[in-house]
Amino acid sequence: MQDDPVIRVVAKVMIPTVMLFALYVQFHGDYGPGGGFQAGVIFAAAFVLNAMIFGLNRGRHVWPANLNLLAVCAGVLLYGLTGVASMLLGENYLDYDVLGATPQAGQHIGILLVEFGVGLTVASVMVALFFTFAGRMTHNRLLDRMEAQDKDAKRGAAKQAPKKRSRT
Amino acid sequence: MSGFLVDAALISLLTLIAILAVRLHRLFAVVMLSGAFSLVAAALFVVLDAVDVAFTEAAVGAGISTILALATLSLVPRDEKPHSIALVPAFLAFATAAMLAVAVSDLPAFGDANAPIHNHVAPEYLTGSAEDIGIPNVVTSVLASYRGFDTLGETVVVFTAAIAVLLVLGGYTRPRRRNGDRDKEDGNAR
Repeated sequence: MQDDPVIRVVAKVMIPTVMLFALYVQFHGDYGPGGGFQAGVIFAAAFVLNAMIFGLNRGRHVWPANLNLLAVCAGVLLYGLTGVASMLLGENYLDYDVLGATPQAGQHIGILLVEFGVGLTVASVMVALFFTFAGRMTHNRLLDRMEAQDKDAKRGAAKQAPKKRSRT
Repeated sequence: MSGFLVDAALISLLTLIAILAVRLHRLFAVVMLSGAFSLVAAALFVVLDAVDVAFTEAAVGAGISTILALATLSLVPRDEKPHSIALVPAFLAFATAAMLAVAVSDLPAFGDANAPIHNHVAPEYLTGSAEDIGIPNVVTSVLASYRGFDTLGETVVVFTAAIAVLLVLGGYTRPRRRNGDRDKEDGNAR
């Protein structure tokens, strides 16, 4: 949690901008550099920034962990099912020619879907990794503090510094 | 000439950062240096006209990897343990480096149009992309369409990484433990 107003205000301006840029990278990947992987990472960076400035709890409130896990799976599923769809329409797996009216239109639709699946998975995976590591950190701090309190209560005055975490 | 100067500057910067990262024992500095390494590598990819790769390197290598490494660093000791140089691993590392250096001399010249890699499927992709797929960025058409299976595999790798981390470390919602019932819990759990 950051109390510096400059950082908070700048973050509030930056987070939507970063998200918008991620969407641009995602859907402009056909025409310029970019695509699902890059867009996913940039989109996740917005959530990471939010959690770093406004605290992990608020970050989790904005984007709950179970919803995130759903997004992790949905991205891979979207990719795989695009392939299944082209198979059901009579082509090879992941051959998008049949998805649209013309082969080219089909390719456009297929690439858009597949890239979106990649972006969704990468973004939510990065958010999951960050929240897991950062959550571990606060969890350990909480355990340390509780251990120290217990020691104080048991021995009256604890002479040694709070014990380092025994289990990580 | 100026192109050569830019290349030389970037490569010597990369080498410098790599040596510093190996020599330093403060892990915070090492993490920051690895981020800087990725950023310089991204600049090098831009020089090589591989903007898509540069973009990925800057976003993943310099951005999110650094953040994840910092988050990991908050869970482990801040300093690397000092240790003396072990002879056998050092010998193995130098032998591997020497073999790689010999192998580099066998590679085709940089940008050689007759190199095998430019004569296999690459011409087909480059000439066919406009007609088959009709999007200007050939990298995207190779990544998402021609090599769709590879990208599916990569996405599944990312997915697996998240599942593994969540399984190993994901217990952050575990109920609070007190010293008193820790022994009991240990007895039950192990």
